[in-house]
Amino acid sequence: MQHKVTRFAGSTFTQVILAGYTVLALFPIVLIVINAFKSRAAIFDSPLALPNSESWSLIGFEKAMKNAHFFNFFGNSAIVTVTSLVLILFFGAMAAWALSEYKFRGNRWLMAFFAFGIMVPIRLGTVSILKIMVSLELVNTLTALILVYVAQGLPLAIMILSEFMQQIPKELKEAARCDGVGEFKIFFQVILPLIRPAVATVAVFTMVPIWNDLWFPLILAPGEETQTITLGVQQFIGQYATDWNAVLASLSLAVLPVLVLYMFFSRQLIRGITAGAVK
Amino acid sequence: MSHVSLKNLKKSYDGKTDVLAGINLEIEDGEFVVLVGPSGCGKSTLLRMLSGLEEISGGDLEIDHARVNDLAPAQRGIAMVFQSYALYPHMNVYKNMAFGLKIQGAGKDEIDRRIRHAASILKIDHLLTRLPRELSGGQRQRVAIGRAIVREPKLFLFDEPLSNLDAALRVQTRLEIAKLHRDLNATIVYVTHDQVEAMTLGDKIVVMHDGHIQQAGTPLELYQRPANLFVATFIGSPRMNLLEGVVSDTGAQGMTVTLAGGQTLHSEVDGTRAAVGDRVTVGIRAEHLWENHDGSERFAGTVNLVEHLGEANYLYVTLSSGQDIVVRGNGEREVALGQAIKVSAPAASFHVFDRDGLAFTRLKPGNLRSSKG
Repeated sequence: MQHKVTRFAGSTFTQVILAGYTVLALFPIVLIVINAFKSRAAIFDSPLALPNSESWSLIGFEKAMKNAHFFNFFGNSAIVTVTSLVLILFFGAMAAWALSEYKFRGNRWLMAFFAFGIMVPIRLGTVSILKIMVSLELVNTLTALILVYVAQGLPLAIMILSEFMQQIPKELKEAARCDGVGEFKIFFQVILPLIRPAVATVAVFTMVPIWNDLWFPLILAPGEETQTITLGVQQFIGQYATDWNAVLASLSLAVLPVLVLYMFFSRQLIRGITAGAVK
Repeated sequence: MSHVSLKNLKKSYDGKTDVLAGINLEIEDGEFVVLVGPSGCGKSTLLRMLSGLEEISGGDLEIDHARVNDLAPAQRGIAMVFQSYALYPHMNVYKNMAFGLKIQGAGKDEIDRRIRHAASILKIDHLLTRLPRELSGGQRQRVAIGRAIVREPKLFLFDEPLSNLDAALRVQTRLEIAKLHRDLNATIVYVTHDQVEAMTLGDKIVVMHDGHIQQAGTPLELYQRPANLFVATFIGSPRMNLLEGVVSDTGAQGMTVTLAGGQTLHSEVDGTRAAVGDRVTVGIRAEHLWENHDGSERFAGTVNLVEHLGEANYLYVTLSSGQDIVVRGNGEREVALGQAIKVSAPAASFHVFDRDGLAFTRLKPGNLRSSKG
């Protein structure tokens, strides 16, 4: 009986902590969303209040939509995020497979090299990256951003994926080899389907920082044509007057695509597929 | 026709120490060969070398008189069944079996025909649309065997396929594998560490130890004429009793050995290559020792432990010389601990091994049981 009570108390404590953290994390987002639907005066009068019939206004969204470049910004963000994500997952999975499956000289050094990539923030190299991009004439192109993000995302992707790949039973690959399946087919038709949860995890971890990044778009691609949404929002923030309606509305909209992608991947996250492979 | 021959096959991981030191073996068409030995003896490595998953360091491997050392697994015409089944978890049973065939470029109808055929042999027709995780251990094992059958290989390789099954299922699956071998007339190489599996399944058993073949032969040959001490103690349960002694008289018709306790015993082995005074080891199986029976060679001792099996019991006896032996007794008779007991054995039932563990040829092996009173 007492045991039950302590366990109940323990789990309540855990729930309280988690709930507290959730509130803390969601608060700014909720604040942005509720204020996006209010008139300018209402935002400053009572920023914490929910929109009511008096304060309800869609003016922010209208302004944001009317901005000629708004959809362009969205498109840029989408192109950069999706392309980087695809490249990171594709090359990351292939590199992880090579590093975990094949024994070759320098294998461990390569692994250490990628581990190093996780430890050192890529922003430390901003100046050199800018120099390289200038000499490659890639400044103000989306390619520059994609290249940087791929480099930024690969190390973690390789680490996580190779960890998962090592857990795939050796016999499975050997069975495939006995079946006469080529190495590429083994990778694409046996290994990749099995590490789908891991790929989804990596996708989520990789996608969010890229979508939200302000630093590299600001430095490498600040041109009108190549601005991403996070950078584009700054247009509404002026030196003397900030159009808070528009800022909050576009930030609210900016959350949506990542949210959709996250929901898509998280379904994969919770799926355990390897059950039944080997006893 | 598929004939497999291993000529001086070697395996070494570092180029210096041999894991397998020159394996020679002929496998005839339709033969069921069992590789058996304690763990670490190299039997699994040998199987993997046959399959092509492990590189061959030296010697020749020929399948149908063609050297296949450097061929990939699929090109050798082998199919392997793994201990862990190794089914593709994301494919259903049908796709698991079809995968390899599709890769080989077989037509849809041909694939379907082969899978239906294999499924009906293995009685897994009703499972074809299931995923591996929805199957029981025994069913998974059948699917793994089915995946091998559909490829119509020249050679089946089984790597301890029953180890993951529970005892009852193991006996049943063992029977089914034996039946499968008969029905398909397949050539099979089967690895196990379980000597009962080896004895029941194999046409030919290859006993391995420390990277060497100790002896290859039919189950009965290994049981009746073990070539050396290792095979003698490895085959048969319980383990063969061993008694140390010195040769006191020897000749082509038999050998007399004086045991450590001073007792002498006569054994019907060809002792021409032994000399008086040589140290030897005498072996006698528990089932050849009879309690309270007037065999020619007698021992006396006390019982300190009894294992009841039902049809028989095993009596652990300490002889008056201090040696411990196991005797197979009448299972339906109560034996008290500490009870004095006399056991005897016919002279023909003894095995004798020289100092290097090599056996002297037995003159009249086998058929000892029929004379048991």
